[in-house]
Amino acid sequence: MAAEQSRLSATHVLEYPYRRSVGPIMGRFLTGLRDRRISGVRTGDGSIVVPPLEYDPATGAPVTEFVDVGPLGVVTTWAWVTTPRAKHPLTQPFAWALIKLDGADTGLLHAVDAGSADTMKTGMRVKPRWRDERVGDIRDIVCFEPEGS
Amino acid sequence: MSESLKPVTAIKAPVHLEFSYTAGRASTRFLRGMAQGKILGQRCPECGKVYVPPRGSCTICAVPTDVEVEVTGKGTVTTFCIVRIPSDSLSIDPPFTCAHILLDGADLPFFALIQECPFDEVRMGMRVEAVWVPKEELGPTFESIKYFRPIDEPDASFESYKEHL
Amino acid sequence: MRDVAIVSFAQAKNVRRELDANEVEMVMPVVSEAVEQSGIPRREIGFTCSGSCDYLAGQPFSFVSALDAVGAWPPISESHVEMDGAWALYEAWVKIQIGDIDSALIYAFGKASMGDLPDVLTLQLDPYYVAPLGPDSVSMAALQARAYLEATGRSERDLAAVAARSRKDAKTNPAAQVTGDFDPERLLGEPYLVSPLRKHDCPPISDGAAAIVLASGDLARKVCKRPAWIRGIDHRIEAHGLGNRDLAKSLSTAEAGRRAGLGTGAVDIAELHAPFTHQELILRDALGLGNEVRVNPSGGPLAGNPMMVAGLARFGEAARVLMDGQASRAVAHATSGPCLQQNMVAVLEGE
Repeated sequence: MAAEQSRLSATHVLEYPYRRSVGPIMGRFLTGLRDRRISGVRTGDGSIVVPPLEYDPATGAPVTEFVDVGPLGVVTTWAWVTTPRAKHPLTQPFAWALIKLDGADTGLLHAVDAGSADTMKTGMRVKPRWRDERVGDIRDIVCFEPEGS
Repeated sequence: MSESLKPVTAIKAPVHLEFSYTAGRASTRFLRGMAQGKILGQRCPECGKVYVPPRGSCTICAVPTDVEVEVTGKGTVTTFCIVRIPSDSLSIDPPFTCAHILLDGADLPFFALIQECPFDEVRMGMRVEAVWVPKEELGPTFESIKYFRPIDEPDASFESYKEHL
Repeated sequence: MRDVAIVSFAQAKNVRRELDANEVEMVMPVVSEAVEQSGIPRREIGFTCSGSCDYLAGQPFSFVSALDAVGAWPPISESHVEMDGAWALYEAWVKIQIGDIDSALIYAFGKASMGDLPDVLTLQLDPYYVAPLGPDSVSMAALQARAYLEATGRSERDLAAVAARSRKDAKTNPAAQVTGDFDPERLLGEPYLVSPLRKHDCPPISDGAAAIVLASGDLARKVCKRPAWIRGIDHRIEAHGLGNRDLAKSLSTAEAGRRAGLGTGAVDIAELHAPFTHQELILRDALGLGNEVRVNPSGGPLAGNPMMVAGLARFGEAARVLMDGQASRAVAHATSGPCLQQNMVAVLEGE
């Protein structure tokens, strides 16, 4: 009891008001989102990386060619969140998913608003739900949703 | 319409994290002392150095400092600076004096404010004492000591604190 | 190459919340114990290296204050990695290979209970494309778990079996946090945390600290009856983006294992830094460990997972089995980053 009462603790809040420069490659992708367009880059072996990386992961060569992909895509893996956390993008139960957009060779991580876990399936087709007020941020896509919804 | 907007060059990516710190055994003893108007340090059982405030260990011998010692609020300014830069995180307006103060009987100086002293009179070796908040405002915090002020004693010799700069 | 061995290991009990001790007070007892056990006088240890994470502590350069626990004055030769302590061990191993020192102290500490660990771990993700969405560590692992289960045909029952075995083995580990006898079938009746993962598939949130002393050649033989020799060690990394790699496999682990010389003989035990049940299976596949290899006899990270410590503790636990003479060849593994992004593998041998 004595030990319990003698403990001292203090609240500490750590805040960094970071503003990050995105550079020309990510900048072009984010600018595209603002215009409801999703783009990737072509790497040396011809594959399309979405979201774009500045350099070819295999060779380190700068990427130069942008390619529009999607906006529809396929879920390659998913995880169902029953109780969303404060920092999650949706307040109702949803899925995290890796989404291979049509024309892309890599997966984009985003949320899928599917209503229930029973709706989710690897291989299902999804489409983006765009934010009305877009600013050039990954959150310009609110989430993805099943193609037919 | 969006075509007329400039390309995106940056994003806002603020970080916000909340923590609850536990003081640990040594700091808890020290802070409980503050609430009683006492300054409690700890002595290393091997080299005999007294740490105020204590962190629970001797940084030289790497052993727990479990012998508690009380020291008075009197001490010596080992070094100081006069701050003229305002900051939102400070509760005091510049200019003000900050000093390293070596309490009598302690072997490690700590950082504190000096007041009741003109800026051009602050000096190394100056003798000072702690000014506490009123008794009813004492709490388990370093802020129980409001600041240090000069006392009418001859300056300490450089020899007496040169190992503690 | 110089022969380098682990000659001592100490670990604090993994607890959900350490309320009485600050970081220095957590670190000091394990450092003292490891140094004492090593038989090498503290002042004669050539190099000190630590692993910790500032975001866990909520303080930039928080590792500096932890040095109060090791007797850093007069100035010692010291370094720090903002990574699991296993990478501090790697740095110390390299330093001994260079040849100017014969021993090193490595320690690691993590006090996750001070903050919100999933929120802290989100900050290790890509800050442009991923972190703004706020995915947490369990959700990321769950994406990997489904990718693995669907690629291999393994089942959630296989995952529950890993959890049950870990908790059972942990019963004999005094440092373990989650222990006991659990029926995998009963575990499968629990609700999902983030499907396909249930609570038992995830590591506990732990506070803890650990320390290891390394020594080379003759010094190791002099101070330790049965040193745990590091015969090979390597670490490899994969793409940061989860969508840019095959989550069902760990190519970096396989490569690190090959370069560490794993393929040159059989191993008796493996201590794998697999915080999630499915990750143990992925690592087993990557390292080619058959059923004859006993994995995580300590209970592993599922029984206690102090951040920045659990990887170093795998090295310590594997070494302990060798030093005790219970096995002659062991694998130690540590991981870093989301979904096994970076992996270190070492082959340890007793004498």
